[in-house]
Amino acid sequence: MIIAGLAFYLFAIIAVAAAVMVITARNPVHSVLWLILVFFNAAGLFLLLQAEFLAMTLVVVYVGAVAVLFLFVVMMLDLNTQVLREGLAEYVPLGAVIGLILLVEIATVGGSWLLSPEMEQVRGAVARTDITNTQALGNLIYTDYVYLFQAAGLVLLVAMIGSIMLTHRVRPGVKKQKVAEQLARGRTVEVKKVPTRGGI
Amino acid sequence: MTSLANLSLAAPELLMAAAGLVLLMIGVYQKGDATRLVGWLAVLVMVVAGVLVLKGAGTDAGTTFKGMFVTDAFAVYAKVMVLGASALSLILSLGWLAQEEIKKFEYSVLVLFATLGMLMMVSANDLMSLYIGLELQSLALYVVASFKRDSVKSTEAGLKYFVLGSVASGMMLYGMSMIYGFSGTTNFEVLAEVLSEHQATGVVVGLVFVMAGLAFKVSAAPFHMWTPDVYEGAPTPVTAFFALAPKIAAIALFVRVMTGPFADLIGAWQQVMWIIAVLSMIVGSFGAIGQQNIKRLMAYSSIGHMGYALIGLVVGNEEGVQGILIYLAIYVFMNIGAFAIILSMRQKGRALEGISDLAGLSKTSPLMAAALAIFMFSMAGIPPMAGFFGKFYVFISAVHAGMYWLAVIGVLTSVVGAYYYLRIVKVMYFDEPTEAFDTPRLANRVILLVAGVFTLFYIVYPSPLLLTAQAAAKSLFAY
Repeated sequence: MIIAGLAFYLFAIIAVAAAVMVITARNPVHSVLWLILVFFNAAGLFLLLQAEFLAMTLVVVYVGAVAVLFLFVVMMLDLNTQVLREGLAEYVPLGAVIGLILLVEIATVGGSWLLSPEMEQVRGAVARTDITNTQALGNLIYTDYVYLFQAAGLVLLVAMIGSIMLTHRVRPGVKKQKVAEQLARGRTVEVKKVPTRGGI
Repeated sequence: MTSLANLSLAAPELLMAAAGLVLLMIGVYQKGDATRLVGWLAVLVMVVAGVLVLKGAGTDAGTTFKGMFVTDAFAVYAKVMVLGASALSLILSLGWLAQEEIKKFEYSVLVLFATLGMLMMVSANDLMSLYIGLELQSLALYVVASFKRDSVKSTEAGLKYFVLGSVASGMMLYGMSMIYGFSGTTNFEVLAEVLSEHQATGVVVGLVFVMAGLAFKVSAAPFHMWTPDVYEGAPTPVTAFFALAPKIAAIALFVRVMTGPFADLIGAWQQVMWIIAVLSMIVGSFGAIGQQNIKRLMAYSSIGHMGYALIGLVVGNEEGVQGILIYLAIYVFMNIGAFAIILSMRQKGRALEGISDLAGLSKTSPLMAAALAIFMFSMAGIPPMAGFFGKFYVFISAVHAGMYWLAVIGVLTSVVGAYYYLRIVKVMYFDEPTEAFDTPRLANRVILLVAGVFTLFYIVYPSPLLLTAQAAAKSLFAY
């Protein structure tokens, strides 16, 4: 238990510290690298909660795909952080006040959780220990949650249609090699003498 | 072995999902321009889905997919309105696409998927299905808002809507996670059961976040900032679509969430709703006064209308919900008519959107001017028109519940609102005419006629709408 406790504090402290670095680092590329560190530590926290599937998904999807995408976007955009930071001082007081209010709210909420032990009884989700996460998810996704699973697929489809529709442009005059058409020519293949500098 | 889900309850949604995929393939493989074909097929799909919804109306309420999806009289009523509004605005859009010579069949497919998302929202019986439906709808709407991608305004509208919409979704998700954490369930019926016994602070905090997210989706003040910019920037038929179907779906969802799982927390949310409704009415009426662009004006007008509709939710009983449902039905007719005219504001093939462009419309095309005057009088809530009755039912429900201040503020803001609606009538009838508009398309004229006749003659035969709305409201309070 002590090791688990130590591991929790280790992951938690690194995650929070790295999250602070994400927003304070001067170089946007460094920010993304700090973000990757946050993801890794969050995955560690999930492992401590015995949610190994979520932990692995976090690493594969967020570190493997999302963060790399961020990195590309950040490197391609010519970001000037000095300009972005202008007016930061104006918003700090407002942001601090809102943050404080949220903090008080969360503290109140957390307090009520600790203070009312009967809330434990109404919690419906009970983790099963006899099968792995992946098996448990596999049992549920295509049965109880098939509606959500399919609908989530539609959401992704809409995202795909949208991104293609907003970025795809038909360029006239692009020469493409169409292998199928070339092969379908059959017996009509011929050899032509092309004059130099003349083309066909 | 788990039993199979009862798919017949979700037949309209299944049809639309499958049809959306088929239409996408038709669009891709059709030689030449498929915009028109896919568009009319999408309209057909919506009509068939509407028939399926009505066919299921006779059967009793039921849930399927492990209680995540519910069909009852309330859902049927809202779905018919959503499908009708979507189909009509899609018809208007097809005319506009042809006039602007934009060849993009994806537009109709996205509208179809957005409508599917709305149906899922209306039928949501679980926080997760609520969220997925909402995201399907919103994501499609973000894309349609910026779909005229060569126009800076349109892309700006899309981006603004996307960023603010994502923040709202994030807030809502945060609230849902809190509700789940403090109740252990996401199902609406179980939530209602749990919350009738324990009411933790965490659930209330979570509920506030969920309300903020939903208020953003119905564009109620103080979450309305995006509305004028998005309405102005988006292509006009998209604006028409935005002003109709998503609003109905979001309000229906709002009503179901508040009166279903959180019915026992009414003491907590009623005051928040009161503030949202009053602020929306005030922002809607005062914000519109200085507007020169008719799309911006319609944006403020819709914020105000949402405020009036939400009065029924503040009341929070059967009568209030009935008022909302009647209000929304009338709102659809008034708005589709008004947008049919805004889409017909073209001179020599060029679209116009300034209020001053309407000058002297009564001389150049008297019928169109008369129709717009009817819609404006109706929106202002002047008696013989339908709009008066919409306001009447929500105000009367507030009075019966003893919320006199709410009704008084509502009446006062509609007086202020009447100013800018009547200003349009004044511009049309008393200003010097400029140039005549092009002849409107047939579809626009038909929609205009139907909406005009409904708005003008609703007073003669109001009982069918009243009774259906009553039955729909009743089904919501059955359990």
